[in-house]
Amino acid sequence: MDGAGLLACYERMAVIRRTEKAAHDLFLQGLVKGTTHLAAGQEAIAVGASAALRPDDYVFATYRGHHHALARGATPEECLAELMSRATGLCKAKGGSMHLTKAATGMLGSYAIVGSHLPMAVGAAWSARLRGTEQLAVAFFGDGATNIGAFHESLNLAAVWKLPVLFVCENNLYMEYTPIADVTAVPRPAADRAPAHGIPGEVVDGNDVVAVEEAVGRLARRARAGDGPAVLEAETYRHFGHSRADPATYRPAEEVERWLKHDPLDLARGRLAERGVGEETVAEADERARAVVERAVEAAKAAPPPDPREALTDVWADGGAAWRT
Amino acid sequence: MADVITYRDAVAEGIAREMRRDTSVVCLGEDIGVAGGVFKTTTGLHEEFGPERVWDTPISEQAIVGAAMGAAMTGMRPVVEIMFSDFLACCWDYLANEIPKVRYMTGGQVTVPLVVRTANGGGLGFGAQHSQATENWTLTVPGLKIAAPATPADVIGMLAAAIRSDDPVVFFEHKGLLATKGPPPPPDHLVELGRAAVVREGGDVTLVALASMVPLALRAADVLAGEGIDAEVVDLRCLVPLDAATVLDSLRKTSRLLTVEENPYQGGWGATVVSIVADEGFGLLDAPVRRVAGECVPLPFADVLEEQVIPTVDKVVTEVRRLAAY
Ligand SMILES: Cc1ncc(C[n+]2csc(CCOP(=O)(O)OP(=O)(O)O)c2C)c(N)n1
Repeated sequence: MDGAGLLACYERMAVIRRTEKAAHDLFLQGLVKGTTHLAAGQEAIAVGASAALRPDDYVFATYRGHHHALARGATPEECLAELMSRATGLCKAKGGSMHLTKAATGMLGSYAIVGSHLPMAVGAAWSARLRGTEQLAVAFFGDGATNIGAFHESLNLAAVWKLPVLFVCENNLYMEYTPIADVTAVPRPAADRAPAHGIPGEVVDGNDVVAVEEAVGRLARRARAGDGPAVLEAETYRHFGHSRADPATYRPAEEVERWLKHDPLDLARGRLAERGVGEETVAEADERARAVVERAVEAAKAAPPPDPREALTDVWADGGAAWRT
Repeated sequence: MADVITYRDAVAEGIAREMRRDTSVVCLGEDIGVAGGVFKTTTGLHEEFGPERVWDTPISEQAIVGAAMGAAMTGMRPVVEIMFSDFLACCWDYLANEIPKVRYMTGGQVTVPLVVRTANGGGLGFGAQHSQATENWTLTVPGLKIAAPATPADVIGMLAAAIRSDDPVVFFEHKGLLATKGPPPPPDHLVELGRAAVVREGGDVTLVALASMVPLALRAADVLAGEGIDAEVVDLRCLVPLDAATVLDSLRKTSRLLTVEENPYQGGWGATVVSIVADEGFGLLDAPVRRVAGECVPLPFADVLEEQVIPTVDKVVTEVRRLAAY
């Protein structure tokens, strides 16, 4: 990745980090109801992968999916408006934090049933192959999802049908509150199981946007060439607890400290310096990110609530909800 | 084409007609390719359309339906076979949480035009885990259309409507009807989803039935005719969309209602029909409404036991006599 590409990635990560911070603050102000699962700390996976993908590739994410939506073309304003139940929200305020979706840019949804979207990504890859488009499908999921049956069914089906799909595991060491190692018989929950299904399983530093971009790029080229699916296990760490209610006191202090020192934004800044991108240029990117998110917060706050009549639309393809003729 | 077609062959014929007119229609399921399906309902498709349109899958119900969903979201029209309807429980997440919710929760961004076909119901001695009538499971899920044809012509016409539908449709093919025969429908035959059929006209009582309960209700109507009771039989054909208007119209003539359901009484579709009638057609009634439905037990193996728990002609006749005498 050259300096310009990395700077763009950095700015995107900065936008995501600030959007997550805004989501956190808005929740504390009572403006976001329900819960959120913040991805602060995991930005490099979404951004690095997106940098390696084509604009028409398909992406499927989980309830911890703010970063994927933002990396794949959703604006901070659309996302925050969705979280704040505004009419201008990405999903007209019918989805919420756990279901950010922007189909027009290939962000085909965030699914809150753990692991449920892996077969969908397989199907999207199958469809791409049937239509001869050379599109790729990517499923992002947590380490916890690797113990769900759909994970194994998906890997096998993708392998036997040799489909262009990438399974990208964001291993943040914890499923919800339980360390993944306590409930999984192999050390690398995703990568170790891939060979059992006849597909390659790789591990990457998920906090290094350059490393993620390289790994995804390589596996994507392979898949597009017809060599089939792959599993990429990206090691990372979430800065916050599992969800809003979780102070994450179960995590050892040294572990938290070690990972906070290995922050994706810091790492990218170091890499920018290596590429001769000056501190001022980086500061300008930070400033743009700050301004974008600030404006997004104000715009989302000012947006109207949804029309109550929207509750009875969008069940069927005709736009309505009528179940009787 | 021959002048009769079996229900079983009508399934393959219905799919083939759609595959010929639309290249985005693809099939997937266990043993559906060269083998032609365990019920031989996909015979000839692999031969005609090849392995790029008719895909054999591993025994992975979640991956089968989940992949069909992903394909449907991205431009294909998959037709899925789930071998026995009891196995819908193995991919229930997709039917209950994913397929029917995604359009709504994305604010209308994503449409899932797929058909999940499955062999439903008892009568063949397959035991409790291969015999359940499960259409009532899907009835509890907003966002699924539910079709259950009773004749070969309806199989073809409703498959056409289901495959062309931009909404997800669960398509129940009744195992007990597979060998039944009927006239083949003309080319381009289409039966709009949500249109019930009055399959026997009568003035004394309305029998509302679905799938294999339709011929059963017709046999009961024949018995009743011998006793001077003139039953009208309505084949609902679809549970969603539900054609309540045809039921209410029939009641305007007959004033008496009996639903005939194979599924267990508890939570069966008849309860929805009856509740609509109680709400909107109370004034039309001259007698209480009644439901003949399955008992709330798993389906037993032996015929003599099964007869105790699913509707029979005798049970229907007995209930109608009571209604007529009310
Ligand atoms: C099928 C299912 N079971 C349980 C849950 C509750 N749940 C939500 S998130 C979660 C942990 C998932 O962990 P992981 O896959 O590692 O993802 P992460 O939260 O770390 O991103 C659980 C158990 C769920 N949403 N779906």
